Amino acid sequence: MLQRRRTIVGAFLLLFIGLFGLAGTAPAMAEGSAIVGVITDPSGNPVPDVLIGVAAEGFTETGTTGPDGAFRIEIPKGGSYEVSIDVTTLPEGISLAKAEDESRTLLVLGGEKKIIIKLVDGEGTESAGPIDPETGEASVSATGGTGQQVIQLFFDGILFGILIALGALGLNLIFGTTGLTNFSHGELLTLGAFTAIVLNELGVHIIIAAPIAVIFSALIYGGGQNKLLWKPLRRRRTGLIASMIVTIGLAITLRYTLLLFFGGSPRSYQQYAGMTGISIGPFSTTPKALILAAIAVVVLAVTVFWLQNSRIGKATRAVSDNPALASTTGINVERVISVVWILGAGLAAFAGIYLGLTQDVTWNMGQRLLLVMFAAITLGGLGTIWGAIVGSLVVGVFIQMTTLFIPTEMKTVGALFLMIVILMVRPQGLLGRRERVG
Amino acid sequence: MDIGFVLAQSITQALGVTAIIYCLAAIGLNIQFGYTGLLNFGQVAFVTVGAYSIGVVVVTMGLSLWLAIPIALLASVILALILGIPTLRLRADYLAIVTIAASELLRLVVRSIALRDIFGGVNGINGKIGEQFHALNPLPAEFVTPYLTFSRQDAWVVLVGWVIIAIISFGVWLLVRSPWGRVVRGIREDEYAVVSLGKNVFVYKMQALILGGMVGAMGGIIWAIAKQSVQPDTFVPDVTFFTYTILLLGGAARIFGPIVGAILFWFLLAGVGEFLSQAIQAGWIDFLKPTDVGPIRFILVGIGLMSLMIFRPQGIFGDKRELALDGR
Repeated sequence: MLQRRRTIVGAFLLLFIGLFGLAGTAPAMAEGSAIVGVITDPSGNPVPDVLIGVAAEGFTETGTTGPDGAFRIEIPKGGSYEVSIDVTTLPEGISLAKAEDESRTLLVLGGEKKIIIKLVDGEGTESAGPIDPETGEASVSATGGTGQQVIQLFFDGILFGILIALGALGLNLIFGTTGLTNFSHGELLTLGAFTAIVLNELGVHIIIAAPIAVIFSALIYGGGQNKLLWKPLRRRRTGLIASMIVTIGLAITLRYTLLLFFGGSPRSYQQYAGMTGISIGPFSTTPKALILAAIAVVVLAVTVFWLQNSRIGKATRAVSDNPALASTTGINVERVISVVWILGAGLAAFAGIYLGLTQDVTWNMGQRLLLVMFAAITLGGLGTIWGAIVGSLVVGVFIQMTTLFIPTEMKTVGALFLMIVILMVRPQGLLGRRERVG
Repeated sequence: MDIGFVLAQSITQALGVTAIIYCLAAIGLNIQFGYTGLLNFGQVAFVTVGAYSIGVVVVTMGLSLWLAIPIALLASVILALILGIPTLRLRADYLAIVTIAASELLRLVVRSIALRDIFGGVNGINGKIGEQFHALNPLPAEFVTPYLTFSRQDAWVVLVGWVIIAIISFGVWLLVRSPWGRVVRGIREDEYAVVSLGKNVFVYKMQALILGGMVGAMGGIIWAIAKQSVQPDTFVPDVTFFTYTILLLGGAARIFGPIVGAILFWFLLAGVGEFLSQAIQAGWIDFLKPTDVGPIRFILVGIGLMSLMIFRPQGIFGDKRELALDGR
């Protein structure tokens, strides 16, 4: 009875948080803000070694394109930046399609800002010589008052936390039932996002592609992975440390296979890519961020409710507590593990699509979130359902709020540091039960 | 297609600077993971500290390289203490998560814009980092490596590097045969048994972490000297995972494990890469682009790591009885 009441309160709490979270903006990526792009010549080949400069008040940075023609210049915070291209570093016979592209001012709201640079064959337009980064004259746009900024960051954090929770819940359930620390969980996010983008590029609208991708991911990447890889390994009695190293090998394999087939440049879904921001009261956001967060909260609430009330959900927790004891009471442990993998992969795929819709789809998007997910579950308590969710929200808010004090690019540092501190004072996490961890 | 060239390139890589750096990182990891059973997933952090210490002391501060080397080793000891005090009491899986997080934390700090004046931001530290070392090069100015494709400068680093590896390996051999070595192997097999003998397990683990970290930092020092450049985004967790692959390939808890592992790993990786590049250029393989070779090499490492762990966790030289890999 008490258990049920707690569950219902919890589900409401989650909905409540979600409704407030709706007012936030799209969660920023775990890494700092950056201006990114790919420079290709008119025939589509990447152009390396082009010098690009970014300048704002009190900040200058230069970068060059790599062998894949891509560049990425990290910026400390959102604002207005002047981006200039050193046309003298372009290959001979190729010039900018529009001469005014040589220098442009753009507003970066956070996360990654992609710029498009078109090149044409032919005579170079007049060049202004190499960039002198010291003369960048763009000014940083004024942000709102500090009080408003705090509230905005808090809700950004809640939204980011909801996204982390989608990934972390599966990670924690798999850890709880099998003891496996899955370093390839980030790739489940990436695979989900890529499955959706393949369907999307075949002409399926994302609203239809997304659920198909989630179900496909759950069954194939989750259920299939468990059946083909982990079940045989459990039967061989492969140790947990060995399994952990196997997950690393798997993560590397999957990540670079995606890079091989899809390339390194970021992709976007064909629908809802560019969306104008709207303001609700003091907050600025996009409609898609609101809808995605709402769906995520409902999904999480339903999942938690199901885990705490259904027969198989209860069996999951029994297996987490003690697999041997659970199997003596007639619980089919293998079936429970299989369900957990399917569920975890499905949630991860949704998280990947969510991330892909609010940011970009890239081959290493999941990997970049992996450590944040680990921070969340260590913080909340390894192996527990509520630990994953509470930990994710705390980490999400913490990451966003610390940008008040430290540069945006360092915000992950704060979260990782928090995790280490928590392990020192409370190794079982906020909600974990005391047990031997040493 | 020039098979002779492919072979020469592969052997050059197998004995080259990169192999030496990874070999040192793997020897360090062997002390920590192979002998003591510490699941350190942040070995790259020690390499980072070694390389950046040299870069900062020599370029940012403008001091001598010979002063920079002891500072780098000292910095790795400090890192080991900072990393070890909160984590060495934790279970293996916690240790893994925390060490990988710490290594990323370190990378994010050194690449940050805020500390650009010290660490050089995303561009890292470039300049005449190893000049004092290269000035000692005894090889004649017109020196050409027979058959292999080392530059005069690389040949000097390679010579010194393998001597250092030989000395360190001999040291490790003495160490693991000593009573200390028996205790740490005891910790790996059964921590409680060692505790019941009145040994302070924490201290032994810390010593193993420090020693392994210093050897890893040695790899970083050679990195900075040989490449004359230290860039933050080369110190990603993949370096740690490559190191694990090398150690598991050669065989953990074996003196020659990291050495054989590093040579074989880079021979295979360079060989496959060079072969594919040549085959693509010659038009034998038309479904791949030259830029695909990089990802394919990584995929092979991933598959190799998985297969090693599943089918032959003891590696080439390892003894299955020596290494019963299991947590909890």
